[in-house]
Amino acid sequence: MITGAAKKATAMIDAIYALLDPDNLFLRYALIMGCLASVSFGIIGTFVTIKRIGYLAGAISHSVFGGIGLALFLQVNAGLAWFDPILGATLAAVISAVIIGLVSLHAKEREDTIIGTLWAVGMAAGILFIDRTAGYFNLSSYLFGDILLISKKDLVFVGSLDALVLGTSILFFNRFFSVCFDSEFMSLRGINTTFFYLLLLILTSLTVVLLVRIVGIVLVIALLTIPPAIASFFAKRLWQMMFFSILLCSFFTSAGLLLSYTFSLSSGPAIIILSGTTYLMLLMFHKWIKN
Amino acid sequence: MDVKSNHDIILKNVSFAYKQAPILEDVTLLIHNCEFASIVGPNGGGKTTLLKLILGLLKPDKGKISIFGKPPEEARRQIGYMPQYAHLDMDFPATVMDVVLMGRLTGTSLWFSKKDRAEALTAIDEVGMSRYEKTGFNKLSGGQKQRILIARALCSRPDILLLDEPTANVDHETEVNLFSILRTLNDKMTILVVSHDIGFVSKYVKSVICVNKKVVIHPTTLMNGMLIKDIYHGDLKMVRHDHRCSEEGHCHD
Repeated sequence: MITGAAKKATAMIDAIYALLDPDNLFLRYALIMGCLASVSFGIIGTFVTIKRIGYLAGAISHSVFGGIGLALFLQVNAGLAWFDPILGATLAAVISAVIIGLVSLHAKEREDTIIGTLWAVGMAAGILFIDRTAGYFNLSSYLFGDILLISKKDLVFVGSLDALVLGTSILFFNRFFSVCFDSEFMSLRGINTTFFYLLLLILTSLTVVLLVRIVGIVLVIALLTIPPAIASFFAKRLWQMMFFSILLCSFFTSAGLLLSYTFSLSSGPAIIILSGTTYLMLLMFHKWIKN
Repeated sequence: MDVKSNHDIILKNVSFAYKQAPILEDVTLLIHNCEFASIVGPNGGGKTTLLKLILGLLKPDKGKISIFGKPPEEARRQIGYMPQYAHLDMDFPATVMDVVLMGRLTGTSLWFSKKDRAEALTAIDEVGMSRYEKTGFNKLSGGQKQRILIARALCSRPDILLLDEPTANVDHETEVNLFSILRTLNDKMTILVVSHDIGFVSKYVKSVICVNKKVVIHPTTLMNGMLIKDIYHGDLKMVRHDHRCSEEGHCHD
């Protein structure tokens, strides 16, 4: 008799075999994409977590939908076939990062209201663009991720954005580190803190776009903050926190993808449920041993 | 008023208001070289504002501020600053060394040199924390964190040291410790320190700057009950736990 657990184990082994099947190239691409993107997610996610700007990253990721809608609209209505939704997403992400960054620096007590508004307006604009575009679009594939659509071209795109994010973070590591810790002090040291704050938000926005394909724009923010939150339980220094976040992020995306393939689930929610429950359980465990 | 070269900090008729509410009014203040002054006054009286004006983080609505004869923005690099404790995220994943090194960052260098590390170690040593350089910043006690933030301000080798409530939330012994460190540092630099505890600090400092919209500077030798009452508008319970300050408070040689 085969038990439920054994069934699950066989199913997972099947999923690993499925990776070797040339018909399942998309699954292999998704796994490679997940691991590549994890590098940026671990690094930028750590900065976002320690600077406590998770809600800014949330607003940025949701406004990305406006860019996706605009790209689809232009592709169909204006005949701009090259205007890929991911290109639209990237543009929207960078623009919203700058706007949201400036709002957070200057709006003071109205900050949360304005950022909430930008968040909603971005999404609404995306839907309206799609309303005005002929043809059927599977919205949930953008909102919650869909690995069936991943191509080699996407891998190249993710690889280059990854290199950009990684290179900039290494180059300005001390800047970002100190601006996150004490921005006021750093401005006294002659460092342009506004510039580095905005640059950090732009890198955050690019990172968000990396995994829109797999996790979707609604859930991507969780993957940005959960791995660093777990890493912070045992990391003493910033680079350690980043290193563990990268490992955790690759693990969650890979395991989540295999789960979603095995049990025919949406990839994004599978990854988020896996990482979210892991975090919450570790959090309870952590509190418990502390007491 | 004559602008003399032995004055590090000069404020001339400076006024500052936040949303029409005046914080500082017509402040004229001269801080001479190697002064060690405590800034006291009621909450909301403008102590932090005064520091931020000197740092150029705030711009005066009226009046002129000059530091070493330069506008504050240009003199910033010569000032070491320790911000208020509560303003920082204390769970930040960094070692003591990481935090102190931040004081060595400049607008041009990307990474830290050997000299930066050596200066940071010296600064950590100066505040008596030399065994802790590899310790996590969030593992330190309140008083130790304050000392590390002072070390961060010190390691850029400033000519002026500004400290905003370095003794908030620390016990008396730690406070004594901090002020003896500051007194040693005072041989090399001008120090302004915001403090609540006027009775205690007057034993260590040379002058007391009283801030409550108006700013008045007194040598500690002249501090007495009437003056303190005047600063706090009389609604203050005074605890003279340090009465000897009137006899010994002026023995700075």
